[in-house]
Amino acid sequence: MPTASRETKICNTLGMHARPAMQFVDVANQFQSQITVYKGGEEPAEADGKSVMQMIILAATEGTPMRIEAIGEDAEQAVQKLVELIEDKFGEEE
Amino acid sequence: MEIKKGISVSPGVVIGTALVLDAEDLLIPKRLIPPEQVPAEVKRLEDAITAAATELARLRDAVTAEHGRDIGSIFDFHLALLHDKALVGQFFVEIKDRHTTAEYAVSVVMRKYSSTVSAIKDKYLSERVKDIHDIEKRVLRLLIGQKHEDLGHLTQDVVVIAHDLLPSQTAALDRKHVRGFATDVGGRTSHTAIVARAMGIPAVVGLGNITSEVSGGDVVIIDGTRGVVIVNPDLEQLEEHKEAGRKHNEAERQLRTLSNLPARTLDGHEVSLMANIEFPEDITDAELHGAQGIGLYRTEFLYLASEHEPSEEDHYASYADALRRLKGRPLVIRTLDLGADKYTQAKALNPERNPFLGDRSIRMCLHDIPMFKRQLRAIMRASVLGDVRIMFPMICTLMELRQAKMVLNDVMEELEDEGIPFRRDIPTGMMVEVPSAALMADQFAKEVNFFSIGTNDLIQYTLAVDRTNERVAGLFCPAHPSVLKLVRDVIRAGRRNSISVSICGEMAGDPLYTLLLLGLELNIFSMNAPDVPEVKKIIRSTTMEHARHVARRVMSFDSERQVMHFLREETRKIIPEAF
Repeated sequence: MPTASRETKICNTLGMHARPAMQFVDVANQFQSQITVYKGGEEPAEADGKSVMQMIILAATEGTPMRIEAIGEDAEQAVQKLVELIEDKFGEEE
Repeated sequence: MEIKKGISVSPGVVIGTALVLDAEDLLIPKRLIPPEQVPAEVKRLEDAITAAATELARLRDAVTAEHGRDIGSIFDFHLALLHDKALVGQFFVEIKDRHTTAEYAVSVVMRKYSSTVSAIKDKYLSERVKDIHDIEKRVLRLLIGQKHEDLGHLTQDVVVIAHDLLPSQTAALDRKHVRGFATDVGGRTSHTAIVARAMGIPAVVGLGNITSEVSGGDVVIIDGTRGVVIVNPDLEQLEEHKEAGRKHNEAERQLRTLSNLPARTLDGHEVSLMANIEFPEDITDAELHGAQGIGLYRTEFLYLASEHEPSEEDHYASYADALRRLKGRPLVIRTLDLGADKYTQAKALNPERNPFLGDRSIRMCLHDIPMFKRQLRAIMRASVLGDVRIMFPMICTLMELRQAKMVLNDVMEELEDEGIPFRRDIPTGMMVEVPSAALMADQFAKEVNFFSIGTNDLIQYTLAVDRTNERVAGLFCPAHPSVLKLVRDVIRAGRRNSISVSICGEMAGDPLYTLLLLGLELNIFSMNAPDVPEVKKIIRSTTMEHARHVARRVMSFDSERQVMHFLREETRKIIPEAF
């Protein structure tokens, strides 16, 4: 099974609050792959990238290092898109 | 099986299926289901989640249309939670692996997440705990709602389990099928108690947390005579309580044989026993118990029973119905006595800080003359159909009384101009239920045709006790010498001014006080219908001489304990099986 993984960092001021979490999950759900989000920093944690609840509980604030991992046929595209979303600050800021 | 002890507020024994009413905070007990029920439980939860999603999508669209995308998107988050497969999957794991009810599965999983989320340091995120509660409640409400039908359209007999029965809930009750009440809070004079006694069904209140220990569909015994509730009883208890219920019914039947006999003492002094009602339909039961008329028709239920303020025609229809049933016997209509209750406070734009001292009852009516007039017009139009009397509640000052009478006069003039018949000399009275009115009874007596003492409020305002607050409810006592003095003085003022005095509070129907009130020369006792036979029995078993002697002794006591003890002893002397 193809696997893809990339590291990034939360860069929007408000962090992964409700709306970004929902956007993230929406994008994640467009892919077949299983998606896991790892949070680095002081309180490492992981979440199912397709679960809003788990993404909220991740409580990833601005500057938190993240690793997105996907397992599945479309793993590469999934990771690509999700990292873009994070780095685009979820389209919130100019 | 679980036995709970509470306060007995309405006697009798009933065995029934529980209907649990939605409390403020839904407390879901942990209950297990048999393995074969798992697929049905899973289906129930799936349906509830689908229904919740439909509701939310509709809400989101409506809110977005009205307030814009930003506000509407709150519901997007709720929807996203419902579509969260990892989350929802955990509900089903609870049901399938642990055999819990769908309600419990949802509540246990959501509560785990809500405590995690509320612990998040980031404020934006921890605020989301409210959404989690919201979605939990929505699903639970749908689950519970699925199990139970609307209160107004029950198809089988139930016993109602609630935190505290709200007046609006009682108003909506399908009375044919409600067989008993059990509530978490409340006291002898709580709304639940009053309604239960009026309906003649057993009720136990002050049970603490009965709502969290009973699930809809449980078999529950409510023993209103002993103040006990048994959840999921065993066979032996079922048998024992069936027997107790039979005995109670037999005693009731015997008391009812008194219904056609006058309330006359052994030495020939006759008083009048009336009933308090909430709906015209209650009159049948009142007559069955031997009431000679209606001493208090609480019209609040006209307001509580519907979403809209009743129209003049709604009022008229109810009054005409009541009078038709009464066939010439008296009907005392109390004008609207709302305010200071959960119903009006919840609906108010600015809830009052101190509602019992606030804009309630006659004050509220005088602040909304058009509404007040609608009711008065209906009463006046009905006045030609029978023996109608008007009673104003919560009068504190002469000015209030005069204002109310002035509005009544306006109404009469309007009717006259319109050529609508009415009875100009309709008896007009007032409730004496605040100390200021009791203390000035002599002055008031010159301006009304009758007094009716509302002991519940009179006690509350004299002793400064909220009877619905279980922490101080014990201080609420009709036997307090200060209350008795006020009652005595009001009765005397009525006699001096030759106007009739009745008591329509709980005290009038409590057999403990019958001898005393009789001895104080009270002429009209108005009470819940099921209390009439017992009060009558006491009256028929004593003499005025004895009653006067009891009253004299009681008025010399300085503590309520002494009063109650003495009254109990004296009543037992004439009716050994009382109490």
